[in-house]
Amino acid sequence: MTQSADTLIIGGREFTSRLMVGTGKYASFEQTARALEMSGAQIITVAVRRVNLDRSKESLLDYIDLKKYTLLPNTAGCYTADDAVRTCRLAREAGMSDFVKLEVLGDEKTLFPDNEELLKAAKILVAEGFTVLPYCSDDVIVCKKLEDLGCAAVMPLGAPIGSGLGIRNPYNIRIILENVSVPVIVDAGVGSASDAAIAMELGCAGVLMNTAIAGAQDPIAMAEAMKLAVIAGRLSYKAGRIPRKLYANASSPLDGMIG
Amino acid sequence: MRIVLNGDSVETADGCTVGELLQQLGISRERVAVELNADIVPKVDYDRRPLSDGDKIEIVHFVGGG
Repeated sequence: MTQSADTLIIGGREFTSRLMVGTGKYASFEQTARALEMSGAQIITVAVRRVNLDRSKESLLDYIDLKKYTLLPNTAGCYTADDAVRTCRLAREAGMSDFVKLEVLGDEKTLFPDNEELLKAAKILVAEGFTVLPYCSDDVIVCKKLEDLGCAAVMPLGAPIGSGLGIRNPYNIRIILENVSVPVIVDAGVGSASDAAIAMELGCAGVLMNTAIAGAQDPIAMAEAMKLAVIAGRLSYKAGRIPRKLYANASSPLDGMIG
Repeated sequence: MRIVLNGDSVETADGCTVGELLQQLGISRERVAVELNADIVPKVDYDRRPLSDGDKIEIVHFVGGG
């Protein structure tokens, strides 16, 4: 099979969409399914939680076509490497896939990553054959360490999870892009379509978001906006923007002006 | 005998296997993972792994998340 143009390859799998979408916080499973469809995403994140023994047995996966999407189970809510590793092992058993979004949180208020625990967990998981996509700080040193450990991508935050503040430090993202060779995916912080486009224009391989879509007044419309923004941002990056200049540069010819 | 199922103490039949427990609970085995005393139970072992009094069982699945 020849590789089609401009696809994203993670862990040996090829994807045409560069938008990854979470499945939390939607009003219903129907809405989740419609938003996913509209987003064009091929990788979707899920969380691992206890089966609720008292309630209806209806589950998210009843609404998701598993032939269409690659599940990316997360370790949300884990504050230690041990808990994150345990969650990943359970996820692999439940989903029969090696893909994991590894997050080890350091603090409940900011949900910033605990990079020390993150590195510890990444090392164990890579050794156990997982395809590890770590949510991390926008710190090139941490990203390089994660790459060296064998992570399949790095996923620096644009801003705190669910904050919608956008890409707060585009220069850090640029430095990461210049210094790691695995795909760089901005994970967390995106609030609007322009934020997603900015991440892509910086040269990121993809963007991962949940709240920006699920929390929008019309999640289905926002899912489409994000799909288009990621495509537009990617095209803009590849097209190569003009340099920024302080003064004007006329677009119309100066010759032939009426006298 | 009593086991601790997802944090709650419950009564179950002596010698009940993981597979029988899932069946009693009406849980489809394809989309869950089971931990017995902090070790994963592979799906192929569900029907041959009997539970003992005091065992701690966790049954998890995927839910919406980011």
